[in-house]
Formats: sequence, structure tokens, C-alpha cells
Amino acid sequence: MIRRQAIVLLALVGMLVATYLWLYKIGAIGALTCGTGSCEYVQASPYAELLGVPVALYGVVGYGALFGLGLAGLRPRLAGDRRVARGLAGLASLGFAFTLYLTYVELFVLRAICRWCVASALIMTAIWAVAVADLRRDGGRRPPAASL
Amino acid sequence: MAEGSGSMKGFYALLAAVAVIGAGVLWYGSRPRTPAPPAAASPPPPAADGFTGYTLGSDRAPVEITEYSDFECPYCASFATVQMPVIRAQLIAPGKVRWRYRDFPLPSHKYSRLAALAAQCAGEQGKFWEMHDQLFAHHQWAQTGKDPRGLFRDFARAAGLDVERYDACVDSQRYAGRIQASVAEGEARGVNGTPSFFVNGRRYDGRPTSDDFQRLVDSLTAQIPRR
Repeated sequence: MIRRQAIVLLALVGMLVATYLWLYKIGAIGALTCGTGSCEYVQASPYAELLGVPVALYGVVGYGALFGLGLAGLRPRLAGDRRVARGLAGLASLGFAFTLYLTYVELFVLRAICRWCVASALIMTAIWAVAVADLRRDGGRRPPAASL
Repeated sequence: MAEGSGSMKGFYALLAAVAVIGAGVLWYGSRPRTPAPPAAASPPPPAADGFTGYTLGSDRAPVEITEYSDFECPYCASFATVQMPVIRAQLIAPGKVRWRYRDFPLPSHKYSRLAALAAQCAGEQGKFWEMHDQLFAHHQWAQTGKDPRGLFRDFARAAGLDVERYDACVDSQRYAGRIQASVAEGEARGVNGTPSFFVNGRRYDGRPTSDDFQRLVDSLTAQIPRR
């Protein structure tokens, strides 16, 4: 249960970070608070959009899905449901793969780092690690006897 | 069970607190901090005059590179100050390339339309590229978040403009329609960030350097049969 709680909490924070970047991208926020990083440099690049949609919006949706599924998985009825663990691990793996791609673009194509993107990457990596651990732990379980 | 129920209540309270604080920070961050400049406040005139951008280089150059750029974009400034001098010297001056500049002010940049307007008004007096260079060479204006109108007037003066004519042009937003038409053209071509480049009409993906353009232009000109 503590793993699901961690996923839900991390997904909520990730969703807030992605929303911040998305609001910036659509012009609702004047300037990013970025310290010494290169947030504008990254966010103004063509790589900040994919198929005409801001990358940050994919983040909002992805974190939102993880948050919703994780929250549902906290209900006692679904706490031991392996489908939830699989769903969380699958979504987190997609998010983690996307994060790897974005980090590659930052480091090797743009050669610039956006601190908020790094924060999101760390959050998604943590979610992925916890979700995989949750799945492995549930892997040893058997369905309740009542269902037989 | 009661203990588990209590810990879940605590967890939901923590979630609610994070959500409320996060939403508050987002709301606070999205408030306008300074009044928008007049150039951005009123809608641009819809008229476009068929203008296709300022160019550098020979009309007979075999390769044309079109750049969609935003004066407030840091990467555009870096490109203009680091790569562009080499491109001017090695590709434009020898007549290999004609460079076309198109405005693509991004909505996330507060003053990029004003800067584009300033450059267009400088262009009216034949000093577009001088103003272009001023705006990119002194790019600190884009980092402060302060209204750069006064600074742009200084740039106009440094570029050798008649400042009264420049002021009248900027205040009337004479070329706002041009800028909007340039944005619409870029969007129609799939531009979604700056700078974006098209080489002889074909999109060039990636973050090119002057060396990349040199190689590309060499390969393109090698394909053109010599007369």
C-alpha cells in the first residue's frame, strides 16, 4: 500500500510540474522560474512539441493517468488487484521511456538543461522504480482462495 | 483496520494539501506581473501586404535558407550571434546562399511581437538587419522581464534610425499584420518552435551550426549542373 501511496503522491507532484510547463508553453505564464538553467531555450525549441501538441501536455495526461489509476488502486477492493499493478508499471514504463528520450534530446541535441524537465524526469524515474517494485512484489501472490 | 483507515485519512489530507499548495503556486505564477505593452494589448491590423521577409545575399544565389525566428528566444540569439556571422562570411557574402528572415514570435514570449515590430519599423527605414543585430546582440532585455520599449528606442538610435519616424511606426503597429501573416505562414509550414529552417523550401530538422549549413549548401550546389 505504501508503494501505491508513493506513486499517487509523486504523480500529483509530477502533474503540477507538467502543468506549470504546459501553462508556460501556451503563454499563460510570462517567464519560467528557472534559476541558472536553460528552461526557455528548451521550451522554445521544436522539441517542446510532438505531433503539434506541447510535450508538457503529454506529461499532464500521463501523470494524470498514473494519479487516477494509483488512487483507484488504493481502494481496499483493488489493493491486491494485479491488473492495477500491471497498469501502473505499464504506464510508468511508457513515461520512463519518454523521459529517457527527452533527456537524450536535452543532453545531446539541444545541449541545454531545463531544471523543471530534470525534476519531471526524476519524478517519473522514481514512479517507474516504485511501480516495478510493486509489480514484482505482487508477482509472488496468488489470487484469493475465494475466487477459486 | 481503524489504524489503516486513519493512516489513509492522513494520506488523503497530505494529497489535498499538496494539490492546494501546488494549485496556489500555479495560480500565483500565472498572474500578470506587469501591464502588457500596448503593442501586445490591441489586436493587430488584419491587412498583410504580401511581404515575404527581409533577405540577405544575392537574388541569384542557388540556395535559399528561410529562418523562422523569435527575437526573444535565447537559442535564436545564440544562433544569430555565434553561427550567423560565419554563415554571412562563408555562405552569404560569396553568393552561395540567400537568407530570408521570417518572424515567428512565440506566444510564451511577452515582448517578442514588440521586438518584431521594432525590427519591421527599422526595415521601413532600410535598417532591418541593423536592428536585428542590435536586438540579438544585446539580448539581456529578454532576460529581465521589464518592458523594453525604451531600450528598443536606444537600439533604433544606435542603428541609425530616425527615432521619431520609428516611434510613429511602432505606436501605430504599422506592420503587425505582416508579423501575423508571417506567423500564419510558419504555422502552415509546420513550424512549432524557433529557430526553424527551410533550405530551398525543405524543412531542415535539428539544431544546425554554420558547419552543418556549409556541408548542406556544398552538397546542394554540387548537384547543380555547371553551365
